[in-house]
Amino acid sequence: MKQDKNQIRLFDPALLGKAFLQSVVKLNPRLLIKNPVMFTVGIGTLVMLMVCVYQVVSGDTTQGALWYNMVIFLILLLTVLFGNFAEALAEARGKAQAESLRKTREETPARRIGNAVIDGESLLETVASSALRVGDRFVCEAGDVIPIDGEIEEGIATIDESAITGESAPVIREAGGDKSSVTGGTKVLSDRIVVRVTTAPGQSFLDRMIALVEGASRQKTPNEIALTILLASFTLIFVIVCVTLKPFADYAQTPITIAAFISLFVCLIPTTIGGLLSAIGIAGMDRALRANVIAKSGKAVETAGDVDVLLLDKTGTITIGNRKATNFYPAQPGEEEAFIRYSALGSLADETPEGRSILELAAKEGIQVQAPADTQFVSFTAETRSSGADLPDGTRIRKGAFDSIRAQAIQAGYSIDPAVEERVRHIGTNGGTPLVVAVNNQVKGVIELQDIIKPGIQERFQRLRRMGVKTVMVTGDNPLTAKYIASVAGVDDFIAEAKPEDKMNYIRREQAGGKLVAMMGDGTNDAPALAQADVGVAMNSGTQAAKEAGNMVDLDNDPTKLIEVVEIGKQLLITRGTLTTFSIANDVAKYFAIVPALFISSIPALQALNIMKLGSPESAILAAVIFNAIIIPLLIPLALKGVAYKPIGASALLRRNLFIYGIGGILAPFAGIKLIDICLSLFM
Amino acid sequence: MKKNLLISLRLTIVLIILLGLAYPLLIAAVGKLTPGGGNGEKVVANGRVVGYKQIGQSFTGDRYFQGRPSAVNYNAAGSGGSNKGPSNPDYLQQVKDRIDSFLIHNPAVQRSEIPAELVTASGSGLDPDISPAGAYIQVKRVAAARQLPETSVRQLVEKHIMKPMAGLAPETINVLQLNIALDQLK
Amino acid sequence: MTGEIMAVIATFLVTLLLAYPLGRYVARVYAGQKTITDFMAPLERLLYRISGIDPLQPMNWKQFLKAMLTINMLWLVYAMLMLIVQGKLPLNPDGNPGQTPDLAFNTAISFLVNCNLQHYSGETGLTYLTQLLVITFLQFVSAATGLAALIAVFNGLKHRTTQNLGNFWMLFVRSVTRILLPLCIIGAVLLAVNGTPSGFEGKDTITTLQGDTVQVSRGPAAGMIAIKHLGTNGGGWFGTNSAHPFENPNYFTGMLELVMQVLIPVAMIFALGFYINRRRLALIIFTVMTVGMLCLVIPNMLAETSGSPAIAQLGIQQPTGAMEGKEVRFGPAASAYWSVVTTIISTGSVNSMHDSSMPVAGLTQLLGMMINAFYGGCGVGLLNYLIYMIIAVFISGLMVGRTPELLGHKVEAREVKIAALVTLLSAFLVKAFTALAAYMVAHHPDMAWAVKPGNWLNNPSYHGFSEMLYEYTSANANNGSGFEGLGDNNPFWNITTGFVLILARFLPIIGPVAIVGLLANKKFIPESPGTLRVDSWTFGMVTFAVIIIINALSFFPALALGPLAEYFSMIK
Repeated sequence: MKQDKNQIRLFDPALLGKAFLQSVVKLNPRLLIKNPVMFTVGIGTLVMLMVCVYQVVSGDTTQGALWYNMVIFLILLLTVLFGNFAEALAEARGKAQAESLRKTREETPARRIGNAVIDGESLLETVASSALRVGDRFVCEAGDVIPIDGEIEEGIATIDESAITGESAPVIREAGGDKSSVTGGTKVLSDRIVVRVTTAPGQSFLDRMIALVEGASRQKTPNEIALTILLASFTLIFVIVCVTLKPFADYAQTPITIAAFISLFVCLIPTTIGGLLSAIGIAGMDRALRANVIAKSGKAVETAGDVDVLLLDKTGTITIGNRKATNFYPAQPGEEEAFIRYSALGSLADETPEGRSILELAAKEGIQVQAPADTQFVSFTAETRSSGADLPDGTRIRKGAFDSIRAQAIQAGYSIDPAVEERVRHIGTNGGTPLVVAVNNQVKGVIELQDIIKPGIQERFQRLRRMGVKTVMVTGDNPLTAKYIASVAGVDDFIAEAKPEDKMNYIRREQAGGKLVAMMGDGTNDAPALAQADVGVAMNSGTQAAKEAGNMVDLDNDPTKLIEVVEIGKQLLITRGTLTTFSIANDVAKYFAIVPALFISSIPALQALNIMKLGSPESAILAAVIFNAIIIPLLIPLALKGVAYKPIGASALLRRNLFIYGIGGILAPFAGIKLIDICLSLFM
Repeated sequence: MKKNLLISLRLTIVLIILLGLAYPLLIAAVGKLTPGGGNGEKVVANGRVVGYKQIGQSFTGDRYFQGRPSAVNYNAAGSGGSNKGPSNPDYLQQVKDRIDSFLIHNPAVQRSEIPAELVTASGSGLDPDISPAGAYIQVKRVAAARQLPETSVRQLVEKHIMKPMAGLAPETINVLQLNIALDQLK
Repeated sequence: MTGEIMAVIATFLVTLLLAYPLGRYVARVYAGQKTITDFMAPLERLLYRISGIDPLQPMNWKQFLKAMLTINMLWLVYAMLMLIVQGKLPLNPDGNPGQTPDLAFNTAISFLVNCNLQHYSGETGLTYLTQLLVITFLQFVSAATGLAALIAVFNGLKHRTTQNLGNFWMLFVRSVTRILLPLCIIGAVLLAVNGTPSGFEGKDTITTLQGDTVQVSRGPAAGMIAIKHLGTNGGGWFGTNSAHPFENPNYFTGMLELVMQVLIPVAMIFALGFYINRRRLALIIFTVMTVGMLCLVIPNMLAETSGSPAIAQLGIQQPTGAMEGKEVRFGPAASAYWSVVTTIISTGSVNSMHDSSMPVAGLTQLLGMMINAFYGGCGVGLLNYLIYMIIAVFISGLMVGRTPELLGHKVEAREVKIAALVTLLSAFLVKAFTALAAYMVAHHPDMAWAVKPGNWLNNPSYHGFSEMLYEYTSANANNGSGFEGLGDNNPFWNITTGFVLILARFLPIIGPVAIVGLLANKKFIPESPGTLRVDSWTFGMVTFAVIIIINALSFFPALALGPLAEYFSMIK
């Protein structure tokens, strides 16, 4: 369902066209210089162009054949274009992704509450959504599309958020509390709400993300900066290698053409990773977006990969929403059916999910009850801490926590069966919640409520553990229950009876120990913790404060999203690392192709270094340059999809990637260059 | 900065005294107890000092066992190797000339028997040693030049073979001492 | 032959046997624990008192480097002055003259930076006074500087978060009094007993057995030869260094000098394990370095012991191997081992003439200096290794999907920048200056300089190129050995190598100290299963690969035109 909506084909024809155009536009030196590696290739291309022009004008032949130089020039130009293309394609994809989200929220009419007041009612004026400013208030009724992000000030409404989340079930949003936020582009299905604008047009998270992808405000992440420095220094080393080669060759009395120098240089510098670097970064954000997570910066995605501790709310993440009744335990053996009947009768008016689940379980046992007319339902109050029903025949059914029912029973002069007490204790230690049912103050039995652990969640935690991420469950339950659920779900730690400040303290403590902490939250009282956490993912349904505090927003409101975010972050780094390794490892083969080619004419002994047995010096150099150019588009799919992350432990992962991209990076160009050389030998 | 400089200055002076004076003087004092008193072990023959045990010297005539070619002609005022690279054509010509010259002086020797050390310059130019093979190959010439029986010269060579480090290190013959013994052989 | 190889293996094993306990001792010394040399404490207190040092005063990395650089600059000025005026000073029995300013510049820097490249011959270029008060002194203090810098790095790695890298003066003084001086006394006495001169008598004139009159240079050399090896300095008392029969009288002293030069570099690896309590890391570093050494020793030894193919063509036999430039008492096997050890460890003392080595041997010598971190120089070897580690940590951190960490500290842009700069520097210095020299030889052979560029080279063609490449590689590695055929005592070589020397010494010390200073300031991150452990064999492999790749990429063309071209043209 939502997967389909967000899937954009890797080589969508429309995007390809855009990317082709952009890759030419990006030849602008001012844009090119942002990428030092490709910039130097650009300079090399320019020099080759000048060589060609000079040859045409002067007819000089000391620099080799004109056609050969032209070919070199064209391949170098292609190299730059390929690099630009990778970046442009990533941008186009990211933009398309974001646009598909944004489309829904373009110019929508908004009914703003004006300043004019008539009969104590503010006048409504219809304006374009782009005219709305922060602090403005507007009204939405059933059928309206909400024009812009905001917070509900008055009213309650059901809202269809499928345009953003892809989830078709409507959600309820209401003023006050943690579910007060509405997103532009979503549709009000019922009721009327008054919304206060919280973001200026063009400033929403989505807008910010689009800007990030488009590159205008794209900032390099710390790791990207460090890598760029490393690549720049490799480039400088090769500048040195190539410049010094001239006097070396003079000493060896070997003439070397400009084309050969520039080819050697371009082949050696890490063009592969240089060309793909920004594409990888953009693709990372794009992957986040495809998971319906809006990252406020590339850094946030990257940091997610480093996370050591994950704070997860129990409800909704580890367990399915609410507790469910799982067992009826009558106090007197043999009275099972009667007990179930009482339990069901006592729950008939209980609208809580727990109450509903009691009826469901009773039905499963084959017992359907109907309340007799004139039944008085007693709802839960803070004093009695129990609820139930008074039947017309005077039977008073009460169900509630053990403490309160016991108090009522003892008051009425009954003693408590030790078997019941034992049962209550037993359920508690197993992570369940006991509900005791009394009829006319006499304890009839215990209903066991259990949290239902989400299927498959254990595996996900195991995966996280193998990634080295510690999971912490945050719950309002008592420590006993929390411990039980934690052990069943396989989380590493838990915070029981958690108050918002407990989360905060826990995060601070972990951070003091040097750990990076990620958490997810929605409420306003989560905001400080979201801000404190290194990666704070706010749910889109959460309050504006929470969304501002976090550095990512999850459009799906899916608490397990953090796990995906961590993997996306890791994938981003891995893709960079492996392609860097691959790029550098390639140089070994290129040296063996080009160095003998340069010197073979004057030092025939160096033929021994021509281990690929390439046809001629010219074809060897050409083959290396062609390989160097086409490897960039060949790796674009990998750069955009990312290298798969495998949680097999750091050392094993390193060995694996080193084997594939290191050894592979050494061997691949040997095969590739040889192959191209064979093809070239057909023409040369 | 100023404090660092002051500390540096004082520390430097004290350390110069400790490391540049006290330490070498201590070693010199120990050296006094060694043969040669720390100024090199001298070799005396026929009542006069003829050289240093460790410093090779030039022997040019056929009557003496000859040491290795020397780039400084065994003048131990300095020292030096030829520093010729292995592919240098002039150098290879030079070695070739040495081989030819050796063959002229040792007509009984086959070219393939000549050990390389006798036609290549040593590292220091003062190498006092040759290998047993380098000595044996000269036995015939020396015996002939001195009109001595070949066997006694050969025995003399054998007696002078040094087998340091329990035979793990290369076997050597000190040319000076061999030649002194040769002079004494009647 | 097998015997000679066995002797080499035995030499290496003896080194290890001594280095391990020495490493433990070194760790205890710098940690201020009880050791058997505590009798030196009063001497240290005296040094502190005279110099006004508070040995307990903490220093951050900037203060540490300031102190280190200040005293080093003072030594430079002192050494240069002494060398220029030495002719007029006492203790000059041979009446040697003062050095020319350019030679004094080169010599002073060369010994200050622990390189000991010598553009003069000890017999004529120095006086006994400068040999002792300048050369020997600098050999001690430059080695101690390297050790102190390394301990600063240890301190940064040892603590979770710290500003304090230790007091430079204290670490420096202890390096002298507890490590270098005691070991040197033992070594020098052994040398003296084996016939190395230690007395102050000047040049002797003798009449040889066959009646020639020659002179024999002597002097108080034993002490200097001990520190030149223990401190991985390398400069010779005599011109031909440890090939000279006085400087290295027999096979035993050959072994002794080999052990002495490898001893401290290897001991410092073990000391790392003990001092920061990461023995596994030490073991892995040691293994990587040893494998690296073997990769160089084995081809070198094979090439040398199988002899020169060009000599073989002349029809004579080479029973032990190539003998040009080698001494009979050491033989090609031990000389091959020495030539690798002295180049990987930045000693630069020689017991054979490297210029006459086989091309493959010359290649391994060059590689040893280019890499400069297989054991490496006294203290600085591990510092160089750390630079490679930073790059390896960075790349492999990315490959496992985690911001790179080194022992619990994030490696970020600033650290990568410093490491990249240091790596870049060596490629730049070696290649740029070799290119300059090659340019002069190719285009201006008749330049009216003190020595015409056309006359610099002692050998033509590829080997001549190797001579120039070797000189700058040696200067950059602070090694000091040379393809000594090169005519290098003239302003061009004195001044250019002087600059290479000083840059290639201090930046690679400042770099690692700064990196560790920065890292130690950062929050400590405890290890988790997702952390890439630097003390894993996998990471050791990555570091090895990084070392090989960086150097191969930087130097392959130059090596192809020098030793490789010579090798292939000789075997064809």
